[in-house]
Amino acid sequence: MTRKQQRLSIILGGLAVLGIAAGLVLYALRDTIVFFYTPSEISEKGVQPGQRFRLGGLVENDSVKKGEGTITTFVVTDTIKAMAVTFDGQLPDLFREGQGVVAEGVLDPSGNFVADTVLAKHDENYMPKEVLDSLKEKGVHMGESAGQ
Amino acid sequence: MIAELGHFALILALAVALFQFFVPLYGAQRGSVPAMNTAVPAALLQFTLVALAFLALTNAYLTSDFSVLNVAENSHSAKPLIYKISGVWGNHEGSLLLWILILAIFGSAVALFGGNLPLELKSRVLAVQGSIGAAFLLFAVLASNPFARLDPAPIEGNGLNPILQDPALAFHPPFLYAGYVGLSVAFSFAVAALIDGRVDAAWARWVRPWTLAAWMFLTIGVAMGSWWAYYELGWGGWWFWDPVENASFMPWLVATALLHSATVVERRNALKIWTVLLSIIAFSLSLVGTFLVRSGVLTSVHAFAVDPARGVFILGILCVFIGGALALFAWRAPALKAGGLFAPVSREGGLVLNNLFLCVATLAVFVGTLYPLALETISNEKISVGPPFFNLTFGPLVLPLLLLVPLGPFLSWKRADLRASLSKLTIAAAAAAIVALLVAVFSARGPWLAPLGMALATWLVLGALLELAGRIGLFRTSLANSAARLFGLPPSAIGMTLAHGGLGVMIAGMVGITAWKTEAIIAMKPGESHQLADYTVTFKGETPMTGPNYSGSAGRFVVSRGGVEVTTLVSEKRIFRPGNMPTTEVGLKKTALGDVYVVMGDESADGGRVVRMYFNPLVDLIWIGAFIMFVGGLFSLADRRYRVGAPAKAGRKQLAPAE
Repeated sequence: MTRKQQRLSIILGGLAVLGIAAGLVLYALRDTIVFFYTPSEISEKGVQPGQRFRLGGLVENDSVKKGEGTITTFVVTDTIKAMAVTFDGQLPDLFREGQGVVAEGVLDPSGNFVADTVLAKHDENYMPKEVLDSLKEKGVHMGESAGQ
Repeated sequence: MIAELGHFALILALAVALFQFFVPLYGAQRGSVPAMNTAVPAALLQFTLVALAFLALTNAYLTSDFSVLNVAENSHSAKPLIYKISGVWGNHEGSLLLWILILAIFGSAVALFGGNLPLELKSRVLAVQGSIGAAFLLFAVLASNPFARLDPAPIEGNGLNPILQDPALAFHPPFLYAGYVGLSVAFSFAVAALIDGRVDAAWARWVRPWTLAAWMFLTIGVAMGSWWAYYELGWGGWWFWDPVENASFMPWLVATALLHSATVVERRNALKIWTVLLSIIAFSLSLVGTFLVRSGVLTSVHAFAVDPARGVFILGILCVFIGGALALFAWRAPALKAGGLFAPVSREGGLVLNNLFLCVATLAVFVGTLYPLALETISNEKISVGPPFFNLTFGPLVLPLLLLVPLGPFLSWKRADLRASLSKLTIAAAAAAIVALLVAVFSARGPWLAPLGMALATWLVLGALLELAGRIGLFRTSLANSAARLFGLPPSAIGMTLAHGGLGVMIAGMVGITAWKTEAIIAMKPGESHQLADYTVTFKGETPMTGPNYSGSAGRFVVSRGGVEVTTLVSEKRIFRPGNMPTTEVGLKKTALGDVYVVMGDESADGGRVVRMYFNPLVDLIWIGAFIMFVGGLFSLADRRYRVGAPAKAGRKQLAPAE
């Protein structure tokens, strides 16, 4: 095998694997990514029941209700629109009324959001960046818990 | 006063780093020996000054000097001593200072242990190290001063984020940084070699131990991070494909590739250009990791909220070093002479495949990590890329690599006989098939993944052991003879066996928890029980408790098996005093077969608690495997070939009668 052939075979082999990888990545990007919406965006974007997405906003005051067993219901708001959420599971430590939250799940046919994952902030000092940005965009967030 | 001295030392260190960058580099270009000779003292002086600055900041934390802004914002007088120390790097400014300190440690280590390096190469390597140090010191001095004062000083500090108050996390950043920054040495050697226009076997021998050290630190750092996430976050998982985890995983993958390709340069003088490029990429990914984690573009525990100016500054450093090194590569790489030829089926060919799969897998992780950021910048759409993406891309790309790992060491250099090499693995293949069959028959639960995954783990572990057995002629010669041969082996051979075997052990752990995990989330009132795998977990109620800087409630859970009490687990809800931040402590019992893992959650409607419990089979094997890989690294590092390479020392060693 000459030097040229050796280089060529390495390059061709590399391109083949790279091609497979590119295919996998493109396929996965189409099927596995999850979009992030605030309650107002859900109607704007026309999100269909069954489509998986992340819902972000603030937990509305006095909206958290304990249901049967491990079920909790609460309302996520971006102060313009609100979305009722049902969650079956263990809430994170920093889940609180009036604080930022991100929930992942799907809309049920009645337009209720059924979450299977609820994420709250790791840190008192900031809220999930997506929530903060969206709230800023909507012009409803008054700084303070932002940077720092 | 001490804080001001620290600040002053930091500024002096910047001046010394600039000197270390320019003077030795000029000396190497002009052939001026006195100028080149300044490199070593400059590196040592820079280290001393940075260490002084670091000690000054540590002192401020130990004495709870709240007139220092950084301490006031991130510490609290009631914090246990260990977290006062780890608090030094539990914030943006301090963690940057730690980064710089470790960089200076590596720089001075090259200066001290690089006695056998040619003077020109050593000067250039230290000059490049100096330039990295200068860039980050400039950042610290201009935009991230840890010694800024606060006037008037508050009586009490804000405290450290309670979930960072954990032993594993106290030492996770130093290990991870040692790994990140250790790769700077390979980077400096690559840039120096490009300026030099020469890469040879000796160069590879010098680069390899530094890469190996960095790889070992990364291995431990990533494993510690995963272990912390497992028991502190209380989600029962060990890896979440979180961007921050990926930021540390990508340099690890490329460092692994670099370790393998450097072997080819050293043994066969081939793949030189590629190895140089890989050295640059490895450190570039470390810089990208630092940027992602420290710039605040990501949301996570690690992302200390910072002002955007800092992100831009780190991005600037990133562009200068990555762009500069790649430009230099494009300009100078063609000057490097191509090396030895090899057939596709050969040890070299195997190592090329290793590099190919590792790099392409890294690329998949890279895309998944950065795509959300890119998309948000371009279209303002916010998305998250989670585990499904990585399972679908990273999984298929590393699977062929894992299958090939045991084969690689059996291939001979230059040209190998595939059939003969495979035939040496017959026992491993047979054992893997038997394991697959046994798992399929005896584990009714679990997906198809379980038998195949366990077979893969068997294949990896036995493949590694068979290679070692072949080397020492196990069962082909007397046991005593084999033992003698084992002790006569170069440590790096044992290192490879351990690293490859450790990988197999790790896979077994991953498969175990993924395929056979039992999970339950239920509302429990005191006195109620729940069946979890072979165990019965009974909630016994809560008692109030207090700690040094928190108070809370401890839930007690009695775990029994077949009516016999095994242990009582305690899961705590803690409220940390500064800020009233709540955290949860997991109750964890290790058994031979796996972990019983209980998390007491919020109150349920009927006055009980929402309890989440897991039985996680074999999960410890993940971290045990990582540790075995680390020990493998230690063995390889002990190999005299890498430690010195200087004939004088080898000669002295031979005189020692004990051997």
